[in-house]
Amino acid sequence: MEILVCIKRVPDTSENEIEVNRDGTDIERDDLVYSVNEWDNYAVEEAIQIRDKVGGSVTVVSVGDEEAEEVLRRQMAMGADKGVLLSDDAFEGSDGKGLATILKAEVEKGNYDLILTGAQADDGAGQVGGMLAAMLDWPCASLVNFIEVVDDKKIKVGREIAGGNQEMYEVDLPCVLSIQTGINEPRYVGIRGIRKVASIKIPVHGTGDLGIAPEAVGEPGAKTKRLDYFVPELGEGAEILEGSTDEIIDKLIEFLKAKGGIK
Amino acid sequence: MARQVFAYIIHKDGIADDTALEMIAAAGKIDPDASVTAVVAGAGSELASVCNEVASSFAEVWKIDNQALAYVNAEMLRPMLVRILPERGIVLIPHDHFGMDLAPGLSIKLDAAYLPDAVDFEGIDEGKLKAVREEHTGQVSTHVLSDISEGAVITIRPGSFKAEESKSSEGNVVDKTAEAMEGGLLGGARRFLEIVEAEVGDVDITKSDILVSVGRGIEDEDNMEIVFDLAEAMGGDVSCSRPIVDAKWLEKSRQVGTSGQTVKPKVYMALGISGAFQHVGSLKGSPFVIAINKNPRAPIFQVADVGIVDDILDFIPELTDRINDLKSA
Ligand SMILES: Cc1cc2nc3c(=O)[nH]c(=O)nc-3n(C[C@H](O)[C@H](O)[C@H](O)COP(=O)(O)OP(=O)(O)OC[C@H]3O[C@@H](n4cnc5c(N)ncnc54)[C@H](O)[C@@H]3O)c2cc1C
Repeated sequence: MEILVCIKRVPDTSENEIEVNRDGTDIERDDLVYSVNEWDNYAVEEAIQIRDKVGGSVTVVSVGDEEAEEVLRRQMAMGADKGVLLSDDAFEGSDGKGLATILKAEVEKGNYDLILTGAQADDGAGQVGGMLAAMLDWPCASLVNFIEVVDDKKIKVGREIAGGNQEMYEVDLPCVLSIQTGINEPRYVGIRGIRKVASIKIPVHGTGDLGIAPEAVGEPGAKTKRLDYFVPELGEGAEILEGSTDEIIDKLIEFLKAKGGIK
Repeated sequence: MARQVFAYIIHKDGIADDTALEMIAAAGKIDPDASVTAVVAGAGSELASVCNEVASSFAEVWKIDNQALAYVNAEMLRPMLVRILPERGIVLIPHDHFGMDLAPGLSIKLDAAYLPDAVDFEGIDEGKLKAVREEHTGQVSTHVLSDISEGAVITIRPGSFKAEESKSSEGNVVDKTAEAMEGGLLGGARRFLEIVEAEVGDVDITKSDILVSVGRGIEDEDNMEIVFDLAEAMGGDVSCSRPIVDAKWLEKSRQVGTSGQTVKPKVYMALGISGAFQHVGSLKGSPFVIAINKNPRAPIFQVADVGIVDDILDFIPELTDRINDLKSA
C-alpha cells in the first residue's frame, strides 16, 4: 500500500502560552516550542503500522517553509520512508482550499492508495482532508479512530461520533482519511533516530514542479483570510483566588463546603 | 432579494438537535434580512416528525426522504445537497462530528468559500463576511474575512449562538427528494456497516455530583494517584479530558466532552485542563466550576467560577491533606 500522510509544524499548545503580538498581526512566535501537529503524529503512526502489516511505503508531506523540514525529518525518524516539502513564496496565505490544491498536485505525481491527514491542526479548521478528497473525487472519512485493511481494494474504518460511540464503514481505495487522536499509541522518537535521518535529502516542490498557477493558491486564491489575532473580552471569568497556598486552600474549602464539593 | 441561507438540521430519534435554533440566530447575525430554510435529510416517520418540529421555527423546510438516508452517511448526502442547493447560497452546518465529515468537501463541490467553526459574525461588507474563530485550542481568537459572494459553506460551533425562543413560524415543508435523487444515488464508495456502542465503564460519571477532572497537565501516568486521592477525600469521582484517554491512563467512559460523556455534577474541578470547547461544551446543569491551571490565560478560566493559578502537582496533594485533616478533626 502506498500511503501519503499530510503533516504540519505547529506551536505545541501543551508546552506554550500562546499570546498575541503587539499589533495583533500574529501570535508571539519568539520562544515558541514547535512540534508536529498532535493529530498528524497519530496519522503517521497509523500509516507505519499499516505498511508494516501489508507492505508498501509511507511518504510524509508538508506545505510550509524550510522549518517544516524538521517535522518531516522527525516523522521519517519515526519510520516514514520518504519526505517531501512543498514550499514556495506563492503558497503563503493559502486558505484550506489553497492547501488542498497544492497537496492535490503532489498526490497526482505519485501513485497513492491511501492519504491520511490529521483531523485538525492548530487553527481548528479540520478542512484539508475533506477538501482534498472532494477535489480528487475520492471517498473520504473524517475523525477516523480505527483502520483495518480488508484487501487491496477496500478498507474498514471506524469514525468517532458522540458519546464514545463509533460508526463503521467499508471504504473503497484510493481514499482520504482524517485521523483522530487515540487511534494508536505513537512511538517515541529519540534523538538518535533523528540523527540517523539527518543527512537524507528532502525534495522541495514549488509551483513550477507541481504545475500550479500561483494565483490559484496563496493569498490571491484565498476566499477566507485571517485579518488579525485578538484575545476576546469575555465577561468576568473566574474569581482568581490569591494569597499563600494555605490561604488559597482555606478559601477553596469554604467554597467546596458551600457548594457541596465535600461529602 | 433577501439573501438565502440554508441550515442543515442534525437530528436523532426524530428530534432536531439544539443547533437547529442556534443556526437561526447565527443566520440573523450574518444578515438580519436573510430568509432561512431548514434542510432535513432522513427517512420515513422520523424524518416527518423532525420536519414538523422545525417547520414551527423556519420559514421553509426542505426535506430529502430516502431509505438510504435512514442513517445519514455524509458521503451520500453531499451529492444530493449539491443538486438541490442554489448557486451563491449560504449553507450553515453545525461544527460537530457530522458537519466536519460533510462540510469541507461540500464547499469544494459547490465552489463556495469555506468558513469553519465560526463562533460569531460581525457583518457583511461588499460581499465579505467578517467572522470570529478561535485558534490554538481557544487560547487566541481571530477575525476572518470570507468572500461569500459566490456562496459559502459555514460551520457553526455548537453552543456559540444563543437560540432565540423559537419565533413561531408555519414553514412550508417542500419535498426535494426527486431533485436530490436525479441521476441516482452516489457516494457508494463508503458504505455504512454499523454503530459500535461505547463500552460501559466501572463508574458512571454522568451520575456523579462531584467530579474531579484531570487533563494533560498531570503530565505522567504515575501522577494520576494524587487525583484519585483528592477525589476520595472530596467524596467524588475522577473524570478526565481526552488526552488522558488517548494515552490510555483512564477508560473512555470517564472522558468528559463531545466525543465522551455529557455530565451534570454540582461541583466540577478541572485540573490541568485547558478548556477546549469540545470539553467544556459537555458540562451541563451549571455546575460550580473550579479550575486549577498554571497558565493564567487558559480558556478554562473563562468558564470557571473560581480559579487558582498554580502547578497542580504541588497543589493537589496539599489540598487533599487539608480536606482529610478537616474530616478527621
Ligand atoms: C472532534 C473532536 C472531538 C473532541 N472531543 C473531546 C472530548 O470529548 N473531550 C475532551 O476533553 N477533548 C476533546 N477533544 C480535544 C480537545 O480539542 C482538546 O484537545 C482537549 O480537550 C485538550 O485536553 P487538555 O485540556 O487536557 O489538554 P491541553 O489542551 O494540552 O491542556 C493542558 C493544560 O494543562 C495546563 N498545565 C500543564 N501542566 C500543568 C501543571 N503542572 N499544573 C497546572 N496546569 C498545568 C496547561 O496550561 C494547559 O492549559 C476533541 C477534539 C476534536 C477535534
